[in-house]
Amino acid sequence: MSASRPGGPGDEVLGVRPVRVERPETVEEAAEALRRAHAEGLTVVPRGNGTRLHWGGVPRSCDVLLDTRSLDRVVEHAAGDLVVTVEAGVPLARLAEVLSPAGQQLALDSPVEATVGGALATASAGPRRLLYGTPRDLLIGVTVVRADGAIVKSGGKVVKNVAGYDLGKLYTGSFGTLGLIVRASFRLHPVPAQHAYVTVSGREPLKAVLALLHSPLVPSAIELDGDASGSEVVALFEGSAAQARAAEAVRLLGGDARVGEEPAWWGAYPEGEVLVELRAKPSELPDVLSVGGVRVRGSAGSGVWFLAVPASEAAELVVRLRARWTAIVRHAPVALHDELDLWGPSSTLALTRRVKDQFDPGHRLSPGRFIGGV
Amino acid sequence: MLQGLAEELRRVLRPDSVIDDPVRLRTYECDGLTVHRARPGLVVLPEAAEEVAAVVRACVARGVPYVARGSGTGLSGGALPRTDGVLVVTSRMRRILEIDLDDQRAVVEPGVINLDVSKAVRPDGYHYAPDPSSQQICSIGGNVAENSGGAHCLKYGFTANHVLACEIVTPEGEIVTLDDGPGYDLLGAFVGAEGTLGITTKVTVRLTRNPEVVQTLLAAFSSIEQAGEAVSAIIGAGIVPAAIEMMDALAIEAAEAAVACGYPENAGAVLIVELDGPEPEVAHQFAQVKALCLDAFEQRVARDDADRALIWKGRKSAFAAVGRISPAYIVQDGVVPRTSLPRVLASIDRLSRESGVKVANVFHAGDGNLHPLVLFDDAEEGAEERAEGVSGAILDLCITHGGSITGEHGVGVDKARYMPRMFTDADLDTMQLLRCALDPAGLCNPGKVFPTPRLCGEIPRVRRGEPEGELY
Repeated sequence: MSASRPGGPGDEVLGVRPVRVERPETVEEAAEALRRAHAEGLTVVPRGNGTRLHWGGVPRSCDVLLDTRSLDRVVEHAAGDLVVTVEAGVPLARLAEVLSPAGQQLALDSPVEATVGGALATASAGPRRLLYGTPRDLLIGVTVVRADGAIVKSGGKVVKNVAGYDLGKLYTGSFGTLGLIVRASFRLHPVPAQHAYVTVSGREPLKAVLALLHSPLVPSAIELDGDASGSEVVALFEGSAAQARAAEAVRLLGGDARVGEEPAWWGAYPEGEVLVELRAKPSELPDVLSVGGVRVRGSAGSGVWFLAVPASEAAELVVRLRARWTAIVRHAPVALHDELDLWGPSSTLALTRRVKDQFDPGHRLSPGRFIGGV
Repeated sequence: MLQGLAEELRRVLRPDSVIDDPVRLRTYECDGLTVHRARPGLVVLPEAAEEVAAVVRACVARGVPYVARGSGTGLSGGALPRTDGVLVVTSRMRRILEIDLDDQRAVVEPGVINLDVSKAVRPDGYHYAPDPSSQQICSIGGNVAENSGGAHCLKYGFTANHVLACEIVTPEGEIVTLDDGPGYDLLGAFVGAEGTLGITTKVTVRLTRNPEVVQTLLAAFSSIEQAGEAVSAIIGAGIVPAAIEMMDALAIEAAEAAVACGYPENAGAVLIVELDGPEPEVAHQFAQVKALCLDAFEQRVARDDADRALIWKGRKSAFAAVGRISPAYIVQDGVVPRTSLPRVLASIDRLSRESGVKVANVFHAGDGNLHPLVLFDDAEEGAEERAEGVSGAILDLCITHGGSITGEHGVGVDKARYMPRMFTDADLDTMQLLRCALDPAGLCNPGKVFPTPRLCGEIPRVRRGEPEGELY
């Protein structure tokens, strides 16, 4: 029987206190919890380690907080196949420990405290998205518990597989609104023998970014931290000859380019009251940097930016950004949620709603956490 | 009913874009899997998204099913037409609309040929990474539908990893763009849905920088077991080659007969291992690969691109080449975890010996994607059935070993009946929830992928053997 207790102050999700907290220890127990909630018409909000529980909208209701942290088994690490299957509550740090003796990794730069389920539900990725992609690109199979408690899977545990719809991609980034992710299989990558960082600063960051992108040096990441007055571009090279490639990159970039250490800001979101994720084309970097008054950090090679914004300026800035780009408010003080419209406009909102209606007709899973109140 | 539809569509499309002449319709009666045939009720050749949308809306208004088709090279009958429906052929939507090298992307129409994207950006040092064997004729729209792979997807991934956005006509006739904007990742679910969730009208693809160097090794082994061990050793050393392809003796014999590729004689198996990337990286790893293939009785390294093309010629011609040694054959497509390859190959060998049906093995060894070619003589009574039996048993082997019934050819009509061996009723029902969300009328490429269509609006079944919710 899964552990069940009344919700307390420490269990709140953006200020909403759950009536009950369930902490299942097996997939079957998780399914049982969802079947019970289904029968009683209760709303359910999943949580992992809480690294991004403050992302997304305030749940309209939370009868049951479903804590996935005891779903923590590494089901199978098939090292020879470069595939791992884990339960959703496994933290990425522990997964890395399990994989490291085989010289393998899940190439996902989410905060290491995050659980596998949380990283999937928020589709969060870090600097190395440039080479390895985001969770959708690494996930090869997934098991979820549906709103009605049925345990269902899509995909499998082989890297190459086109049998049936790839629902894993649909669940990735769905903020717990389509089902409870309980188990996932990932494609793994070898841990490279060498890492090398190349840093270049100056007034023309776009020039450096494009030089790296157009070069055959295959950086794993091209990150930038800065604002309109100046910025630092740092590229990561990984492989068995990463240092030689880094040296080549230094020659290519010229100026003050140098081989350096991993910067302190690497992979961390800029700190501010409001965090905005902006998607622009890599070539639009100068325009992104000149939006004014904010710290910009992100994956210059992929065109994914994080902006730290003071609460007082957020509304005006977000409107300005959305006139041209996709801008998602990742977190903000709850009082600002309505004014900011966290997710912004979407050309597929009607389709998103229809998908939700099919998967969760009672709108009981994480209601209000996603776009358009879904 | 289709007569009225044809007249209506001639008012919306150019009159010569609507085909209802029975002789001309026959051109479209099958895709690359010729065993399934159906003459379409009507064929339309739209030239713009608005025209596709108009066709879909007209079909929906009349309750007529419709199927999209690109170049028709699919190998699972995914573009098999409906005799009572409309076939929407995208071959007149063949423009490359935009090339943006700084942002490493191109915008193309769905009828654009895969290889033409790479050709367009080759002078600039770029290419489009997914490279299915049919890349000289297959369309990008078809690649999107099938989530096509290719020999190099071991390192570079599949179509889904290289499509940044798709403009589609939804099954209700609306034009919508799926991209990485907020909302569910419908783009991810759409790619590989085999044309059952709408019709692609515009695709934004990622362009990939050409590698600085490419090194290709042909290694000949006396047995398939030795070749398999070499593959394990390479992967185990933390090397991700651009491609690792394997062919067994029978496949080599066929390729030799067809294209005289000059592979070493008496090989039980050959491996083609290709590495690409930055020069220092490839130099280091290629030396490792050669050392790990020590059991090979012969190793050949491609000296230049022409030499490399020769090595690949044998592999790329293998499917067609089998026609030289057998009157007919079935191309199978299954996947096993790579480490199960030796056991699965031994089982296929046993199946072949016990049934007397010859099987030539060609496969993407790096990702465990098998393409057994099951040979038979169609003039011999019962031979096709025996071959079908062996072909199906190979799929069962794939499932038993934790693999998949298709790695890149898709389910289509051909494998829908195998889906329940891989997925439960509840799994398949859940996939069809997505179908119901986008295509409630079930008119968009019906009868593909799923063995049993789900009536939209039905209450989802609780998994068999589990208590109903009411018990609590």
